[in-house]
Amino acid sequence: MSSPAHAVPSMLEVSKLRYILATDCGSTTTKAILVERRGEGSAADAGSWRQTQRAEAPTTVEEPFADVTIGVSNALTEIGELAGRRFIADDGTIIRRSHEGDPNGCDLYISTSSAGGGLQMVVAGVVAQMTAASAKRAALGAGAIVMDTIAANDKRKPHERIQRIRELRPDMVLISGGTDGGNVQQVVQIAEQIAPAKPRPRFGGEYELPVIFAGNADAAPQVRAIFGARGEKGFDLAVVQNLRPTLEQENLGPARDKIHDVFLEHVMAHAPGYDRLMSWSDAPIMPTPGAVGDILQRIAARDGLNAVCVDIGGATTDVFSVFGGVFNRTVSANLGMSYSISNVCAEAGMENVLRWVPIEMDERELRNRVKNKMIRPTTIPQTAEALVFEQAVAREALRLAYVQHKEFATTLKGVQQQRTVGDLFSQQASGQSIVNDMTLDLLVASGGVLSHAPRVEQTASMLIDSFEPQGFTQLAKDSIFMMPHLGVLASVHAPAAMEVFERDCLVRLGWCVAATSAAGTASRHWGKKCFTYRVSGAVSASGELTCGEVALVRVGIDQEVEVVVEPTKEFDLGAGFGKSVVRRLKGGSAGIFFDARGRPLMLPEKEADRKAAVARWDAVWST
Amino acid sequence: MAKAYTPGLKVAACTMFRARRLLPVHGEVLVKVGDLVKARDVIARTFIDGDVTPVAIASQLSAPASDVAELMLVKEGDAVVAGQPIARSKGIFGFGKREVVSPSAGVIESISATTGQVMLRGAPVAVEVLAYIDGRVTEVFAGEGALIETDAVFVQGIFGVGGETVGLLRMACARPDALLDATQITPSLKGCVVVGGARVTAAAVRAAQAVGVAAIVAGGIDDADLKAILGYDLGVAITGTERLGLSIVVTEGFGDIAMAERTFALLKSFEGREASVNGATQIRAGVTRPEIVIARSAGDVAPALAAPREAGLLEIGTPVRLIRDPYFGMLGNVTALPSEPAVLGSGSKARVLEVACANGTRVTVPRANIELIET
Repeated sequence: MSSPAHAVPSMLEVSKLRYILATDCGSTTTKAILVERRGEGSAADAGSWRQTQRAEAPTTVEEPFADVTIGVSNALTEIGELAGRRFIADDGTIIRRSHEGDPNGCDLYISTSSAGGGLQMVVAGVVAQMTAASAKRAALGAGAIVMDTIAANDKRKPHERIQRIRELRPDMVLISGGTDGGNVQQVVQIAEQIAPAKPRPRFGGEYELPVIFAGNADAAPQVRAIFGARGEKGFDLAVVQNLRPTLEQENLGPARDKIHDVFLEHVMAHAPGYDRLMSWSDAPIMPTPGAVGDILQRIAARDGLNAVCVDIGGATTDVFSVFGGVFNRTVSANLGMSYSISNVCAEAGMENVLRWVPIEMDERELRNRVKNKMIRPTTIPQTAEALVFEQAVAREALRLAYVQHKEFATTLKGVQQQRTVGDLFSQQASGQSIVNDMTLDLLVASGGVLSHAPRVEQTASMLIDSFEPQGFTQLAKDSIFMMPHLGVLASVHAPAAMEVFERDCLVRLGWCVAATSAAGTASRHWGKKCFTYRVSGAVSASGELTCGEVALVRVGIDQEVEVVVEPTKEFDLGAGFGKSVVRRLKGGSAGIFFDARGRPLMLPEKEADRKAAVARWDAVWST
Repeated sequence: MAKAYTPGLKVAACTMFRARRLLPVHGEVLVKVGDLVKARDVIARTFIDGDVTPVAIASQLSAPASDVAELMLVKEGDAVVAGQPIARSKGIFGFGKREVVSPSAGVIESISATTGQVMLRGAPVAVEVLAYIDGRVTEVFAGEGALIETDAVFVQGIFGVGGETVGLLRMACARPDALLDATQITPSLKGCVVVGGARVTAAAVRAAQAVGVAAIVAGGIDDADLKAILGYDLGVAITGTERLGLSIVVTEGFGDIAMAERTFALLKSFEGREASVNGATQIRAGVTRPEIVIARSAGDVAPALAAPREAGLLEIGTPVRLIRDPYFGMLGNVTALPSEPAVLGSGSKARVLEVACANGTRVTVPRANIELIET
């Protein structure tokens, strides 16, 4: 996590802060929130931090405005009208509070940004699965979109690689490769291919393309010679510590921090109006996904959780995870619900989308509907049938994005393992996914199709069907997509950010309690007893589920219950096959979803059976 | 009166069309301010660096990388031809010498003592920018290109494939709701911009490719047909680089949908004139729509002017197109703009409006699901 370059104004100590404005400048919309410290008194939330207002305005990075601060001013003006305070002065700048009783102004203004396509990078390494993968992790973790990953073993010929680099227009390039003290030649070779390709930066003209070298320290002099000094060959090279100093160790911090610095110094400075926006902001502007990752890591660390957060947008789907304290982020660039909806159907296959649809639909007609949504991305489903189809597409987009995430979030590849005789019985290969659905504690949903589903049960069932959580997993959604705001707020005032996250950001939907069976055996148990459940406390309920069935028990957000589940010997609910589990839980706006469909989730093969099953599940989860 | 803003596609009988025609990299501009240019004229030209070919000298000669410099027969900056020896090993006692020949013509850009690799830069590649439309040069950007202006008919499509092309405008259908099939494509349409009515079929596109049609403009296309034409399922709507031999522009969307009567009538009134077409579409931030541009001449009849309307403003009476099922493609006029959100059939709450459709029905739809027909 980067430290703020701007200090919080000294005249306003953190303890005296009361009004904090935060914006997220997205590609199309600038979203603003007001976070306020409640006055002292007898109210339940007296003295606490709450998100009190939100407003949005179109982002104004593109022509004819070409100044991001216009959209920010518009959003802050609207939020001021809602809050009854003036935040924007006549000259369009942000008003600061001059004294405690000042009726206008804020104490702190911060922002994230993904406008203009966010931060776009090319990363390179020697071996695709090792140093190049580490470089990709560093870039993604910093909030970048990785346009391509160059590696000596990427199955492209050198001239094809060079041609590809020439076609791309990145904001910066990150080069890794080689362990410290190891082979110099290969990483220099990669640098030699990137330099003559002369990738043209997006912002063109006078802009020197930033290149970060985070590879074998011994190769740094040669790499410096290849890219030249500033103003010499059109590159601005920065050398940081090796992000893979040994095969067993990944050191992504210095590279990530440098990416943030370069993002601010170069990319933001060249985007229209950002110099002004940076002068307004009391903390460094963070790339939107970087801020989401930061807040998720803080929450996971504070509560000792394994957590996954998904943000499904129109063009892309971001998945963030923290397992055992290790953070990973992936961006599935062409999985989304509007611009990329056609690609979801192409990648998943229409038959996979339609398996979630319990009614008859004409495929030719659906193909046209999908393309019509792609070319007119702002339209919304009007009929129940259109919604069913859109949520079916969402399930597949989320499923594919999570598969990609699991493949990426692995233990380090290429690590030599020293084994003892005892290890013979518990060998773990390197490069295994660290995402373990059985140990997942919290699954957070964000993005239009999840956040704006007409019923919370629909949001929960989309999450369950696509992520297939196992054991006990809490489900939640980001109420108004304020995790980016809270991520950047946490870099300045972590307690306020955490408090708002708990009280206003996270809407707890409930829990998924799902049984898993030995791989590939779920369909064999279909129709046989899977587990019994007993809920007691604020709500009482009990039942027995056969494999292929689901149940929903309504337990409200403030209701606490004890849940006892007893699986048959073929099923595991977290304690082992056939072992019962007892948990005390607080409910959610939907309740507790008991899922006995097995894992991986298999749907009946016969179309009539499948439609009947999907309709039955939908009916149970709608009651 | 309730008002709202929504984007729309432009269909204009007379507009000032400005084409900013720029080279991708610095070069030579061949026109000056005031010049009259034709669509096919070259207005700027440059040469970009040729492709780079790495040649692994050290491994081919089985020599250490550090020795490569002294084994080279040419030096950095030298021009070489294909097949020319560029490095030679020392051999043993002068015998068994091996040579590396240049795989292509070019210039030796670098010789690396670290990797033993030589970078060979190919011959420069010429890049030319055409005028694209008939018009007058009104501004020259030194070393970059020029701005060309003309009074024009301008029609934006919703989706297209293929890049820029120019041809005579020919109507293949008599009505805007007529299907454009292979039977309407005749050899006389070679090099033309062919305008259909409603959907264009895959057979029509194949026939047009065979005849050498420059571009097809139609109301709609089936996605299954598009897949057959492209040879793959289009995932992301970023187009313009397809090599189909022609460009395709659809004005309304996917499926059986008639071209808007106004668009059809406008194009029909300019039949026989030269039209510039660009199928390039990008539906992401910084949206690009495909277009049909026809330069107007002094003799053209001035279009009947509609009552001035504030651009992008939605109000009672505004002509709109419904752009989502179950009413996809229907045209009508706004009759009510309730300010309170309504519950839709999907169960979602959204702001809606009421439209009196051309077929006499009255429907309520989400505001997000309509498009203004700009005049």
